[in-house]
Amino acid sequence: MDALALARLQFAVTTIYHFLFVPLTIGLALTVAIMETIYVRTKNPAFKTMAQYWGRLFLINFAVGVVTGIIQEFQFGMNWSSYSRFVGDVFGAPLAIEALLAFFLESTFIGVWIFGWDRLRPAAHALAMWLVAFGTSVSAFWILTANSFMQEPTGYAIVHGRAEMTSFGALLGNPQLWVEFPHVLLAAFTTAAFFVAGISAYFLLRRRNVEMFRSSMKIALTIGAIASLLIALNGDAQAKHVVRAQPMKMAAAEAVWNTQNGSAPWTVVAGIDQAAGKNTFALQIPGVLGFLSGTNHFLGIDQLQKQDVQKYGPGNYLPPVAVIFWSFRIMVLAGGLMILLAWYGIYLMARRRALEGRRRYLALLLPALGLPYVANTFGWIMTEIGRQPWVVYGLQKTMQGVSNTVSTGEVATTLIGFTVIFGLIAAADVYLMVRYAKAGPENHEPSPEVPLETAAVL
Amino acid sequence: MDLNTLWFILICVLFIGYFFLEGFDYGVGILLPFIGKTDVERRAVIQTIGPVWDANEVWLLTAGGAIFAAFPQWYATMFSGFYLALFVMLVGLIARGVAFEFRSKDERPRWRGMFDWLIFFGSLVPALLWGVAIANIVEGVPIDAHMNYVGGFFNLLNPYALVGGLATLLVFTLHGAVYLTMKSEDEIRERARRASYKVGWAAAGMAILFVAYSAVRTDMFDKPGVGMLPGIVAILAGLSLVATRLFLDRRREGWSFISTGVAILLVVASVFLTLFPRVMVSSLNPKWDLTVYNASSNPYSLHVMTIVAFTALPIVLAYLAWTYWIFRRRTSIKQVMHY
Repeated sequence: MDALALARLQFAVTTIYHFLFVPLTIGLALTVAIMETIYVRTKNPAFKTMAQYWGRLFLINFAVGVVTGIIQEFQFGMNWSSYSRFVGDVFGAPLAIEALLAFFLESTFIGVWIFGWDRLRPAAHALAMWLVAFGTSVSAFWILTANSFMQEPTGYAIVHGRAEMTSFGALLGNPQLWVEFPHVLLAAFTTAAFFVAGISAYFLLRRRNVEMFRSSMKIALTIGAIASLLIALNGDAQAKHVVRAQPMKMAAAEAVWNTQNGSAPWTVVAGIDQAAGKNTFALQIPGVLGFLSGTNHFLGIDQLQKQDVQKYGPGNYLPPVAVIFWSFRIMVLAGGLMILLAWYGIYLMARRRALEGRRRYLALLLPALGLPYVANTFGWIMTEIGRQPWVVYGLQKTMQGVSNTVSTGEVATTLIGFTVIFGLIAAADVYLMVRYAKAGPENHEPSPEVPLETAAVL
Repeated sequence: MDLNTLWFILICVLFIGYFFLEGFDYGVGILLPFIGKTDVERRAVIQTIGPVWDANEVWLLTAGGAIFAAFPQWYATMFSGFYLALFVMLVGLIARGVAFEFRSKDERPRWRGMFDWLIFFGSLVPALLWGVAIANIVEGVPIDAHMNYVGGFFNLLNPYALVGGLATLLVFTLHGAVYLTMKSEDEIRERARRASYKVGWAAAGMAILFVAYSAVRTDMFDKPGVGMLPGIVAILAGLSLVATRLFLDRRREGWSFISTGVAILLVVASVFLTLFPRVMVSSLNPKWDLTVYNASSNPYSLHVMTIVAFTALPIVLAYLAWTYWIFRRRTSIKQVMHY
């Protein structure tokens, strides 16, 4: 593999890994803030215990999200310096603003939250977690402002071969941002909901701390049901927007090779042969594509390729179709399952059925903990791979963005290094998560003191 | 003053904030295995920086973001040029961040010992590498006509840069030792105090050597326009380190912490004075230097960023100050440990 391929792989590895932790951070901050607020309002100590229990799991996850985020701030310059030179005027601003407005807020008030239980009044302490939750959402907003520019550049002009910002308002008013930001935020809330629901199900199945986990489950299912349903509505709007803004991405996502007019069929599954430029088989539902895409004139991959050649010059403008097609379906399927599971839980709650008696449902919620992670990951794979061959849609190709002074060996070194470290961190993280989740709310103090002499390893 | 200069100063301020604040928590991390003799003592040592280290690190992220936004060419050249050095620094920062959170979450001595090592190395590596980076930046590195760094990794590890690295390492360790003296009680406080004396000599010596070496290797003392000013500021930094010792003798711990802090502030100021208007010095041809003008974003970007920065910074500074106020008490081995 050459430096470009390794740099792309590194971006995929570091960013996908980072985003395994981010949504839970965003969603769980909100969940814990809600729990602690109930405690402050009701003075019921059970909710304090609840907030502390989920807070402990939050902190383990938060730490990994933070440290893997540092790489994001550096790697544009390290591996993608030509890209950074090209878009820095526009792209650097949201990153700097993210650090200033969001990172300071999150990191300061998480410190206050961890260490402030006995130094602040309960309401002020709960406010600290609300500020953390707010900070994580602000962070998402600015990084997605930057990402939206890559998907759909707005508010810029090309001057001397570089993209220069001409309108900050247009950067913030980017229509892509306003479909993407709600999508990511709602996905984060859903992630936390299924995380809390999955672990609560574990305890309810074992009839341990039933009171607390029943309440946790209710909070989680309420958040999950609302958020997952809103994502579906938002996702529909997003898809219709992308059909217009990045037609090639949606053409690939639907594996439509030739332009479809009128009531065209929607492809459920297909065998995709990119080399031949056709589907080897396709299972289709007639007449639905127009409804889903919001257009009666759905441009096909072949026509878009010809358009792009006219517009941008000779070249291959096809992203890897099969990857996008399947990523899209996996994301939607995972999302659909989450809607069903969350709303079935709401149905049970509405019928005043005891959740702890629904053992098959609870048993389903355990593996369902993985669903948001699947949806989040494949959603981003579709979004980022679907933008190829562009790094900034229509302005710069990915191959033009890579650092031209960094050698293949150097990228390989850092790629291997980060992968190994991420593997070790993942092992420690999962170990601690499982341990602390299973320990339950009683285990208040993390762990006992180590005998004095034995600890002195150094 | 034009916006390019204003952003140069703002980035200087962000680095002062970063080195002043995270400087002491690097120092505490380096001293952790030596001052904390037992597990509970180590937890008390970590507790002194527990509520603040994460926010301290954000100064670096903000400085990085500000360089990207205001001077994208500087960001691109420096980050791709110092590639492997930055990788090593990232590894250190990642290891240490995780280690603070994970360390006390398992009671096996080997687990905790391992994370204590990670805190130690994760603090030592950036403390050392920043001096290496600073020396290379002020002396100049091979940058070609297209703003690309064309030297290798080992180019960065020359004797001058190593002296710079040892200087920052020792000064941050001293800064941490003094901070720990100020924030702890009983035995930890006494050990931190003794460490401040021991490290103080080495730090002052290495800092003086670095300034003297800089006089030979850079234009710190004969810079057109400002003359000896950057060099004088650097010497004042050295004097501030001497003052640290005088305050320690009088048991004025707060003042000794302020004087190590002032030394750090002056060093950063001296570096930025030496550089201005350059941001990256080319050792190949002065014409190929990156400056606040040829490396910057367009005026509109800078204008927008200026408004955002001056709106947000006062708020940020206010709640940061409030945090330090909330956690102003000394930590004790008797209190409840969160890390």
